[in-house]
Parts: sequence; C-alpha cells; structure tokens
Amino acid sequence: MSHALTLITFIPLIGAAVILALPATMTPIYKWIAAISTVPQLIIAVWLYVRFDTTTTAVQFAEHAPWMASYHINYFMGVDGISISMVLLTALICFISVFASFSVSRAEKGYYALLLMLDTGMMGVFVSLDFFLFYIFWEVMLLPMYFLIGIWGGPRREYAAIKFFLYTLLGSVLILLAMLGLYYYGPTPTFDMTQLAANASGYSVSFQRIVWIALFIGFAIKIPAFPFHTWLPDAHVEAPTAISVILAGVLLKMGTYGILRVNFAILPAASHQLAWFFLGVIGAINIVYGAMCAMAQTDYKKLIAYSSISHMGYVMLGAASFTAAGINGAVLQMFNHGTITAMLFILVGVIYDRAHHRDIGGFGGLAQQMPVYAGMTGFAFFAGMGLPGMSAFISEVLVLIGAWQTHPILTIFAAATAILTAGYLLWTYQRIYLGPFNEKYKAFPDLSFREAFCLVPLAVIVLILGVYPHAILGLLNTSLVHLNQVVLAAPATAVAMLH
Amino acid sequence: MDPGNFASLRHFVPEIILAAGMLIVILVDLAGSDSPGGKRWLGHVALLFALVALISIAFEPALPGGWLFHRMLVFDSFAIFFRFLIGLAAVVGVWMSIGSREVRNCDQGEYYAILLASTFAMFLMAESANLLMAYLSLEFVSLTSYVLTGFLRHNRRSLEAALKYLIYGGVASGTMIYGMSWIYGLTSSMDFVEINRALTTPGHLPVLAVFIALVLILSGLGYKVASVPFHMWAPDVYTGAPIPITTFLAIGSKAAGFALLTRFFFPAISHLATGGSWQALAGVDWPELLLFVCIITMTLGNLAALQQTNMKRLLAYSSIAQAGYALMGFVVLSNEGLHAMLVYLFAYYVMDAGAFLVVMIVANSTGREDIEAYRGLAWRGGIVPAIALTIFLFSLTGIPLTVGFIGKFYIFAAVIRGKFYLLALIGVLNSVVSLGYYLKPVWTMFLYEPKGDEGTVSFDAWNYGLMGVLAVATILFGVYWAPISAFAGRSINFFLGAA
Repeated sequence: MSHALTLITFIPLIGAAVILALPATMTPIYKWIAAISTVPQLIIAVWLYVRFDTTTTAVQFAEHAPWMASYHINYFMGVDGISISMVLLTALICFISVFASFSVSRAEKGYYALLLMLDTGMMGVFVSLDFFLFYIFWEVMLLPMYFLIGIWGGPRREYAAIKFFLYTLLGSVLILLAMLGLYYYGPTPTFDMTQLAANASGYSVSFQRIVWIALFIGFAIKIPAFPFHTWLPDAHVEAPTAISVILAGVLLKMGTYGILRVNFAILPAASHQLAWFFLGVIGAINIVYGAMCAMAQTDYKKLIAYSSISHMGYVMLGAASFTAAGINGAVLQMFNHGTITAMLFILVGVIYDRAHHRDIGGFGGLAQQMPVYAGMTGFAFFAGMGLPGMSAFISEVLVLIGAWQTHPILTIFAAATAILTAGYLLWTYQRIYLGPFNEKYKAFPDLSFREAFCLVPLAVIVLILGVYPHAILGLLNTSLVHLNQVVLAAPATAVAMLH
Repeated sequence: MDPGNFASLRHFVPEIILAAGMLIVILVDLAGSDSPGGKRWLGHVALLFALVALISIAFEPALPGGWLFHRMLVFDSFAIFFRFLIGLAAVVGVWMSIGSREVRNCDQGEYYAILLASTFAMFLMAESANLLMAYLSLEFVSLTSYVLTGFLRHNRRSLEAALKYLIYGGVASGTMIYGMSWIYGLTSSMDFVEINRALTTPGHLPVLAVFIALVLILSGLGYKVASVPFHMWAPDVYTGAPIPITTFLAIGSKAAGFALLTRFFFPAISHLATGGSWQALAGVDWPELLLFVCIITMTLGNLAALQQTNMKRLLAYSSIAQAGYALMGFVVLSNEGLHAMLVYLFAYYVMDAGAFLVVMIVANSTGREDIEAYRGLAWRGGIVPAIALTIFLFSLTGIPLTVGFIGKFYIFAAVIRGKFYLLALIGVLNSVVSLGYYLKPVWTMFLYEPKGDEGTVSFDAWNYGLMGVLAVATILFGVYWAPISAFAGRSINFFLGAA
C-alpha cells in the first residue's frame, strides 16, 4: 500500500459521494454505507500501527506530489510519532461514531454524507505535512461540523453552530497569517513542515514570538484553552450524540496536535520562552477551572463537556513541562481523553435517547432499572477520574511527574484537582444512578446491542492501555523525545531574558 | 509606433464585434411588429455577440503591446485581462437577463443594445491611456448604467435607484474631471506617459497640487469601484436595479473601475522599481490615503452588511467589502500585490455572479428578495440552489477549496510579503466578521424549517445550467488555480510606450 495515507483520508469521501448519488428510496441503507466506508479506514490504521517503525523520528508512509509550484505548495502526507496515535484515534472514533449515529432519523442522506466528509477532514489534518494542505483540511472540516450541529442539533443549535464556526474561523485566519509569515521570512520559502522545522534557527526570536502567539490562539481555540473555551459547552450541549463524540474524541486533539506539530517543531525558541505561561499556566487553569465549572452543572452533557476541558489541561501542562515524561504523557493523554470522553458522551446519549432530557437532578436510582448501563457508566467515570489500572491514570501521572520537575506549583494545583474530579463524578453518579428509583423511568430498556457495541471496544482499549501503555507510548516516544530535545536546545540566551 | 485610426482597427476586433452586435440588435428590433415582451430571442442574439467578442479577445496579441488611435488607447496584456473579465461579466449579464422574469416585459431591443454598449464602454475604460479617453469611457459606462438601472420603468425602486445613481455619478465625475484639469495644468498633457514623464522630472513637482488633483480623480474612480466614501449609491442601486443588471454592475463595472484605477495610479503616476515594487511620487502620499480607504471600505462594508435583511442589499454591501479586499493588493504597491488583485477580481467575478444568480432564481419563483424568502429553502425542494448559494457564500467568506480562498490567499500573501502586518490582521478579522452575514442565508436555508408560505423554487434549465457552471468553477479553481494565477501573472505588464 504505497498510498496508505491518501486512502485512509479519502475513502470516507468516496462513501459520502456514494450516499449523495443514491436515490432517496434507499434511505435505510445510508447508515450502512457510512459504516462500511469507515471500516477500510480502521483496517489501514491498524496496518499503519503494525508497520510503523518506532525507532526513527523520520516521516513514514510519505507521499509527495507537486500541487502549485509557484508557491512551493505540495501534496505532502506522512506520519511520525506525533501523529500516528491521532490517526489511530480518528479511525477508531469515526467508526464508532457512525454506529452512535443510528438513532438519527432526519435527513439521513445529508447527515451521513457530512459525517464522512468530517472524517476525511479530520484525518487529513493529522496526516498532512504540508502547511497549506494542513490548513485546507483544518478549515474545510468546519463546514460539515457547522451543518451537523446546526441541522441535527438541539433547540439552540443555530446559536451553538455559529458560535463554533466564528470562534474557530477566528483561530484559523490567525493560523493563515502565521503560515504566510513562516513562508516568506524563512531562509527558503516553503510550506513543507519538515523543511520549516529545519529552518527553525533562521527565524529571529522576536518574529518567532509573534508567530507563536498567533498560532497559539488559533490552536488554543480548538483545544479549547481558557479563555477561548466558551464555544465548547454550547456546541456539546446542542450537538447530536455522535457529533459530541467526534468533537470531544478527535476535534479537540487537533488543537494540541497543532501546537506540537507547528509551535514546538517549527518555533522551538519561542516555545521554550512562552510555553510556561501559555501552556503551563493556562493548562493548569483549564484543569482547575474546568473541574470547578463541571461541579456546578445541572446538565449532564454540559458537565461532561467541562470535564473534557479540564482533562485537556493535562495535555497542555504536560507539553509545557519539556520533560520526556511530560510530553509523552501529554500525547498519551490526548489518546486516552479521546477514548474516555467518547465513552462518556455515548453514555449521556443513551439516557438522553430514552428520557429526552439531561437534567441531572431529574433522574435517580437508574442502576436498578439499567444495571449494565450503570455499570458501564461507573467504569467510564472511574476511567475519567484516572483510577489506577485504567488508561488515564498512566497519562495523567506521566504528565504530573514531568510537570513536577519544571512547574511544581502548577503541578500541585493540577494534582489537587483530582479530588474535585472525583468529587463531581461521584456526586453525579450518585444523583443519577443511585438513591431512590424514579418510577417515571420504569419502561427504560437497558443498553441495546448497538450501544454496547459502541462502548465495549473503547472500554477494552481503556483497560489495555491502563495495564500496557507501551502499546501507544512505544509509538510516540522516539519522536517526542526528539521534539522535546529540539525545543530544549533552542537558544538559551533568549530564555535567560525571561527568567 | 503611433498607428492611425485604420491601422488601429486591427487590435479593436472585440469592440467592433460588440458595436456590430449593438447595431444589429437595434435594427432587428426595429423591423417587425412591436409587442411588449415580444422578441425575447433578441437576448440570444446579444448573447451570441457577447460570446464572440469574448472569444475574439483570446486571439488578441498580448505582446509587445502598443498604442491605438493616436495614443488614446493601449492594447497590452493588462487590458486583455480586464476585457476578458468584463466580457465574462457581459455574458453572464445577458444570460441572466434571458432567464430573468423581471426584464421579460421590458423593451428587449433597447435593453440588450444598451447592455452591449455598456460592455463596449467598459472595454474602453480598460484600455484608456489618456485622461480624455478615460473620462469619456467612464461617462459612457455611467450613462448606460443609469439607463439599465432604471429599466424597470414601472417599478418605483428601480427609478429611484437610477436617479440616485445619476446624481452621485454626476457629482463624482464632475469632481474627477476637475482633478484631471489640475493634472493637465501641471503637466500640460493628458497622455499617461507624458504625465508620468512630467511628474517624475526632478524639481518640477508641486507636491500639494498633485496630491489634491489625485484626491479629486480618486473620487471618480472610487465611485466606480464603490469604495468608501463614494460607495453610498451602491446599496440602493444594487437593490433597485433588475438583478441581471445588478450582477453586471457589481462585477463588470467594478472590474472596469479597477482597471482604470490601476492604470492611472500605477503606470501613469508611479514607476516600477527593481524587484517588482512600485514607487509612488516622492512626497505625494496617495498610497497612505488608499490604505486608509481600503481599510475603511472593507470594514464598513462588512459591518453594514451584518444588518441587512434583503439579499440584494446584503450582497451590495458585501461587494463593497470585497472591493476593499481587492484594494489590499493595490495598496502594497508591488507587482505581487497587483497579481493578487487580479486573481482576487477573477475569484470575485465567479462567486459574486453565482450568488446573484441564485438570488435571481429564487426571485423568479417567489418574487421575493428578502432573506425570509429563503427560509428552509433546502427542505422545500430548493436543495440544489441552496447548496449552490452556500458554495458561493463560503467562497465569498474565503473558506478553502473555493476560488475565494485562493483569492484571499494571494492577497494576504502579498500583504504579508509587503510587511503590512496590521493591514493583514484587519483583513482577516474582516473575513471573520463577514462570516456573520454570509452565514445568515445559509442558516436560513438549512437550519430553519419552512413556514409554508414561502412558495417553491421551480427548476429551470437555463438558469440552473449557468449556476452549475459557476458553482463547479468556484470549487474547481479552488483546487486547481494554476491557470488563473498564470493568466493574472502574465497580465501585469503595462505598455508604457517605447522609451
């Protein structure tokens, strides 16, 4: 498979085209076409996983073709340790999200076509190594997301969708300017990210700082980092279940991925100077503030959304630590956050499909009626708390170990938040699943086969990575340690100015 | 070197074809009986001539360029680009007129003859190399535009628009010719090359007088491209005129304005320095003035558009803002900027014509132009125009994979290259603001359910055909734009007279 990355990116798009071409009489099979189109993606992802050479920092499975010669724009795809885990995550989450979508009953043709386009866009972001191509995928992906939230969302969907679109467009245009700045003011004009990274020493530090901040804002909006996070709870609350799963599972990772891929690799000196505040302090704020907001929520889904913001803070903090443990933990946390938060949103969707509301106070004692569901939720909650034996434990501990060495005070806040996290999750569990049973919900069936089918693979991965984190860490380590060293080796004089 | 009238005709073929078309339409109209709304086939005759004129431009020799008609006109690659663009605008204008219900009951002969005459005049504007010719052609365009705007004789709005257009136009062109008289007084010539020679002679430059003259001339040219503060006519005229004429003015008249503006401010009063950058006259600060005009134009256009509820008015303000974007390529004073401007104008042509065409299709069926008429368009049988309009509007916003993004990319690249960072930032923030109103029709069409009283949009092969062509072009040139870039790149050669 010499074009594995092109295939993994564009096969869903073919599925979308097929769905659009079929007549409306075939509505019942749209969902199956969507499901089938994500299977090859998953297979290729596994193939990439098996064939990936973990001993090198070089770009693998590269594809290179000229696109627009006069601007040195190329169709350049490839994966390395920074992106391979995200490719796996995207393939997995997209596959599951199709099955999580089966309850959608309105305008299915448009829904599944857009879902597959979204899939292509996200995958493209993670495999592009040409900045221009990266930008195209980055921004094109907004359109299906806008419509998926806007058409199939909840009551305030218009507001949530436009807020999402405006925020992220604001971020992307800053990335566009930064990209053009990097193109023109480097030693050689290029959009090739590996080339730009090699050029890193050619940019002056003051220039790096400006570009770094522009890029950071662009990426931070996606993470979403405080204070750019306000679009996320709205988007999550209004989005249909599967879209929330994708949003939390994959989309948020694009922000932190961009920071590692662009800010760290291309602007190491500025990263070295600025990360302590923009990633470290803001990351810690994310962790604490997200947890506190989560505690105050009465909407089940909004609670999970804030919890998701809180957990993304660990990724930022780990990246800011500039230690091997911290940065490995950060990317592992990206993967774990993807699987665990996806589970949580599917679980919220399960109850919302039955009760048509998400008011935490309106439930009670559901464990009696739906024991399997309650058990599964318990599992996901414990995973979210970072209980030992589950995947998030490893990544969060790695982040904390790494961050402790460089930012001890921030680490104390981050570590202490574990108590808050346990607090709001257990309290929520108690209010919804324990206590006196609310007779209103007597007719609710337990998890269906389809719902279990979405949840079990994720749960299995959470368990495996809790015991054997090397399955992912092994992929990342070489590239990330190298990236970390690049940043640490950036001009020390410039750093001295700040401290 | 200075060919006489007969020798010049060899390079005047497209104009001759248009003139012939105009006469033939009138003659054919005179022959035969006269019934209101009859002779609709005259439109097809006009279309044929517009197409032939367009094709004949392709056979024009671009290089080396030269004088025509005793140095009144020039033919060079720059003129070819704009005549091509104007020719395309004429084809779209005539095509839409044939498919429009509004102009079906007008006098067909006069209508199409004047439309062709207007095109003819715009061609002259693109070629003028003499103040007298510039003024005459601009007035010719204006006069024909007034008539076309007021062509719906029984419609008050149309008449009011024509009157406003006339008054504004009269003031603007009066101011302009006054400025031209200053230039003539200062240089004792009306010939662009002679003016340039006189102004660049060391020690003979009354800075303030030249500046005042340029400001006065700018009022006439600014009026044609609808830049602030000479934009006030545009919303009323665009709203009142029949939609095909609105389209024709928005793309054709604007392109002609840009052609004359560029030819006057670049080859006539600046000179090309090394490295493709242009140098304005020492001490005459028109670039700063235009920078200011450009920023105000896009910002004001965008902010005003946010409030609009009529589609034509919304697109009118949008086209003011779009002129502001194009001016960004102008004010950076480099060949790269001009290249970007030409690419942008082409992009603007495709997407703006498309947007107006969809407005016409909806107005044809429902008789309405307000945004409410688009409510739930996608769900009441209008999914195809809804998708097409979405493509055009996203292109106008500058979302990737559309030609509008390519245009913006070139513009911002030139701006960043010229180190106008603040301008770039203002430009991209404007793009974000513009999303606020470009999305308004989109969410009305897709996110709202129809109320039931909006009427249906019926299929019509003639208009849908053109819409399809423009929509495909919008996306196709968004992916593969090398031909446009190359064409625009070839077209920034001005004929400056043999030295």
